[in-house]
Amino acid sequence: MKSSLSLLALLAALTLVPLGARAASTTVAVAANFTQPAKRLAAAFERKTGDNIVLSFGASGQFATEVTQGAPYAILLSADEERPKQLIALGLADESSLFTYAVGKLVLFSAKPGYVDAAGKVLGSGSFAHIAIADPKAAPYGAAGIETLKTLGVYATVAPKIVTGKSIAQTYQFIATGNAALGFVALSQVIKIKTGSQWLVPAKDYQPIIQDAVLLKAGEHDPVAKAFLAYLKTPRAVKLISSYGYAAAP
Amino acid sequence: MGPAILLTLELAGLTTAILLLLGVPLAWALARARARWSGALAGVAGALIALPLVLPPTVLGFYLLILLGPRGPLAPLFGVTTLAFSFPGLVIGSCLYSLPFMVQPVRAGFAALGSSAWEAALTLRAAPLDAFVTVMLPLARGPILTGALLSFAHTLGEFGVVMMIGGDIPGKTETLSILIFDDVETLNWSAAGHLAGALALVSFLFIWLLLRLERRPWA
Repeated sequence: MKSSLSLLALLAALTLVPLGARAASTTVAVAANFTQPAKRLAAAFERKTGDNIVLSFGASGQFATEVTQGAPYAILLSADEERPKQLIALGLADESSLFTYAVGKLVLFSAKPGYVDAAGKVLGSGSFAHIAIADPKAAPYGAAGIETLKTLGVYATVAPKIVTGKSIAQTYQFIATGNAALGFVALSQVIKIKTGSQWLVPAKDYQPIIQDAVLLKAGEHDPVAKAFLAYLKTPRAVKLISSYGYAAAP
Repeated sequence: MGPAILLTLELAGLTTAILLLLGVPLAWALARARARWSGALAGVAGALIALPLVLPPTVLGFYLLILLGPRGPLAPLFGVTTLAFSFPGLVIGSCLYSLPFMVQPVRAGFAALGSSAWEAALTLRAAPLDAFVTVMLPLARGPILTGALLSFAHTLGEFGVVMMIGGDIPGKTETLSILIFDDVETLNWSAAGHLAGALALVSFLFIWLLLRLERRPWA
């Protein structure tokens, strides 16, 4: 145990040494639905400040678990408001930094043109073998997808056809490759896609997807992390976020 | 938990059975390839078969997603739109993924036997198939058992490929390793701990059995 600890310390030291020589760098955990805007925001921030933002993409639930285990993320851009609150309650995140950076919208998407109609009636048609949904336990967009099926009263018939993606990104992959005829993804993933067919699920059919950002314990004394969070609130950043189909904070 | 254990055992069992049927003759062909042409071909085939040892499962999983999907050649043969998210799809993926674990030890076993027994059987006018089944297979039973145990154990612990093409359907594609991942991810640590412990114990038993077998003289 002792030797593995010192080995870990050595590895940590080795990874930290080269960083000291470069510009400051901060690691941000990003919910997979926010991948595209986060890349552009980080690039714009880097151009402006010269500081380096390292982005890590995955399911919000997975990140929350990793943070409880000491993952070195400075910021969490969650796909919900629950996980940041849980981390604050555990003393792993800074409550004063909490804010809503985006409100997500759910889309029913298919790679087949003309397959998904403008009212989502295809869900009741039974004409598909598989419908892809992100794991509702780890990904808020997955939970919203399940909720929509229940609101529309088709959950019981559709449930046996559900295939689960580990994150909203893998869910999109299942649909884009045609392995699942359709599925629920985030509007931001498909807003710039002209092929296939999509239905923007009405906001009344599911609980709003309030996506909160929070400064984590590892970023407590990190000026770059704080500057990046502040940058997300600038008019320029807000405009870029809304260009990916997100609504503003309520 | 129950269905996942059963499913994982079925997947490992069926994969091992298929690999015995396909992998052993393949290993024999590779071991016998000596002539200039077939030797070069065997080199390429051997490298292809060993590829899953070094390729990340995500790469294999990604190719499988395309291969098994509606634009791939396999789904129409089964009369479905896609083989992803299905048990047959997982079996195909597992066979590819575990192929080197069957072929490598068996090929080495055949090579170590040399050609004297084979040539003696042919000289005594045994048909090649007869000589293979009644002479060579019993002689190579040690390496074949090693290959079978390795393939079974390797499939038990398979994660990446199943994650890429499975879609997590309970009872159909949700294997033990996936269930453990989901439990860890959702902070369900006591369930994850029990399953992980069981899987570690079973895997240990397999490796222990393998090492014991290797110490026994087979020839």
